[in-house]
Order: sequence, then C-alpha cells, then structure tokens
Amino acid sequence: MEINEKIRGFIEENLVVFEDEATFSDDDNIFELGFVNSLFAMRMVSFIESEFDIEVENDDLDLKNFSSVNRVVDFINRKI
Amino acid sequence: MEIKMVAVVGAGVMGSDVAFDFSAAGFQVILKDIHQGILEKAEKKVKQTFKMVKMASREFKDISLDEIQSRISFQIDNTNLDDVDLVLENVPECLETKETVFRELEGLCKQGTIFASNTSCISITKLSSFLSDPSRMVGAHFMNPVPLKRIVEVVKGVHTSEETLDSLELALKKMKKRAIVVNDYPGFVANRLSHLFMNEAAFLVQDGVADAKQVDLLFKQGYGHAMGPLETADLIGLDTVVNSLNVLYESYQDSKFRCCPLLKRMVDAGHLGRKSGRGFYGY
Repeated sequence: MEINEKIRGFIEENLVVFEDEATFSDDDNIFELGFVNSLFAMRMVSFIESEFDIEVENDDLDLKNFSSVNRVVDFINRKI
Repeated sequence: MEIKMVAVVGAGVMGSDVAFDFSAAGFQVILKDIHQGILEKAEKKVKQTFKMVKMASREFKDISLDEIQSRISFQIDNTNLDDVDLVLENVPECLETKETVFRELEGLCKQGTIFASNTSCISITKLSSFLSDPSRMVGAHFMNPVPLKRIVEVVKGVHTSEETLDSLELALKKMKKRAIVVNDYPGFVANRLSHLFMNEAAFLVQDGVADAKQVDLLFKQGYGHAMGPLETADLIGLDTVVNSLNVLYESYQDSKFRCCPLLKRMVDAGHLGRKSGRGFYGY
C-alpha cells in the first residue's frame, strides 16, 4: 500500500463525521474541514512513528506537518 | 499547606501521565515504581505524552521536554520521600496492594503529607483506615488523557479534613484543573455511571442489537461525545473495566453491575483493547 493510502485509511478510521460526508482531496486541510479533532492529532504522531518506523522530533510537532494527506506524506518522505 | 513536591507511586500509563502533568505545572515529582522495566517504559511514555499534548493543545506550546524531564525523578528507592507534600497512589486496583503501599509510605513521609488515591472504585474511607491520621486521605481521580482534562474528581472520605481538600484544590488549580468534590461511595460519580454505560454498550453488541461502531457513532454524533462507550472501554482496558464492574457489584450487591459475559470472554481471550492491540476495535 502506498504511503498516501495508509494515511488516508488512518484518517478515515478516526473521522468525527459520517464517512460519506468526509470527502477530501490529498491537499485538503482535514482539521479546518472539521473531519478530525485534537484526539486524532495525538494519535497521528503515534501512528506515523509505529507504522513508518520514524521518530517525530520535538521540532516537527506542528499541526501544519499533519494537516493534509500530502503534507503528512511529504513529512514522512523527508524522514525516511 | 502549599504542595510543592509530589510523589506519584505506580508508574503505569496513568501514573506516567499524572507525573508529566504535575511536572509541566512546575511541581517537583518523584515517579516511583517497584519494577525498573516499568520505570523505563514510563520515561518513554513521558516523551510520548509530550509529543501528543504539543499536537493537541496550544497550552503546551511553549513547554520544553527537557524542563519537564528535569523535574521528574524516576526511582525504585525511597530517596527524598521524606520531603514530599503529596503522595498520589496509582498502583493496581487491589485493596491489599494499596494497604501495603499506604502503610509503608506513611512511615517514610513527613508528618502532614497528604495521601491521595487515584482509585477508580475503592472506598476512600476504607483506604484512610490504613493511616494513623485518616484526615490526610483523599481521592483524586484523574481522567485520561490527563494533561488535556480540565477536571479531577476529588473524593471526600468520611474523615477527610477541609485542610486536606483545600491543599489539593490549590495544587490542582496550579495545574489549571478544577476539583469536582464528591462524596465517598464505591465508584464515586464518574466510574459508577461510566461503567454502567460501557457495560450496557457491551450487552448491545453481545445481544446483536448493533455492532461496536454503530453504538459508538450514535453517541458521538447523536450526543456529541468525544468517544463512544466501547472506544472508551478499549482505551481504559477491558480487564480494568471488568475488575471495576466486579468491585461495584461486590460493593452494591446490585445486579445492574453484573459484568457482561462478552466483556469477560474478551478478557479471557486476551482482547483487552488498545494495550493488547485488539478489543472492540483493532489497533
């Protein structure tokens, strides 16, 4: 599975809206759209670290790095 | 009494997060456990919690991990326990274990130290009977995730003094938390209600009324809950939920607290929720 598919899958498992209402592109800001909440932000860090075997450093802890599928993919690619 | 130094006894998931939160608010903290392995996990947990709260809350925007770690002493021994103003007990939910811990700690701490238990169901009045001065015992039920919660359920035992309550409330205020002071009956408020809720949700799945996702979605979308009852059960740990239901059933002798057979079966199968990778959901 590609990185973006894994990220999208994780987002879809953690939606706070109905799945059929959560239509978003890989560039859409999922926080601004209200599809996920702060609990999701917490879980995203753990998911990325365990799924991709990378460390999210303290300086990386900015919602901007995780606000869309593409931003997360870019972040992971920088770390791998 | 102004609380400046805290000993958190029991370095499991909740103990680690409570230690983190006290340290983040500027308290000196001893995080004590009898197992070195658990202390090593606790150090990692503190780093993990730091990452999570930086992501989830603007309040922790300017805080540094170095600062937080510098104020926590991870230890097996009893060094500096005689300087502690507040002991927060977080050992497993077993009366005998808590009795051993409180009797030992009272002998090691200075006069006037406040003893708080993070028990979810055991009587604070009962725990206070293990101290020579029961007025210094209080319940302090923190909720998960500790750093992001604004309230703590504070339980007043029969003998808990106003001075003990005031000191604890002041400390919680420094942590930007509000104490909700309740009286002492098994389960207090939060767990007495939440366990009925989670148990009945498990019955709904057992009886084939709905699946776990449907039950949780109804409460998240219908009632605005951040997490549904079965997600919550998975987060707490199904073994912990079963234990608490058994304590409540034992305490009240009321069939409304009889544990759902599905929960017992899941625990027997090792499906404990998040901590085992599988519960009502997979992780």
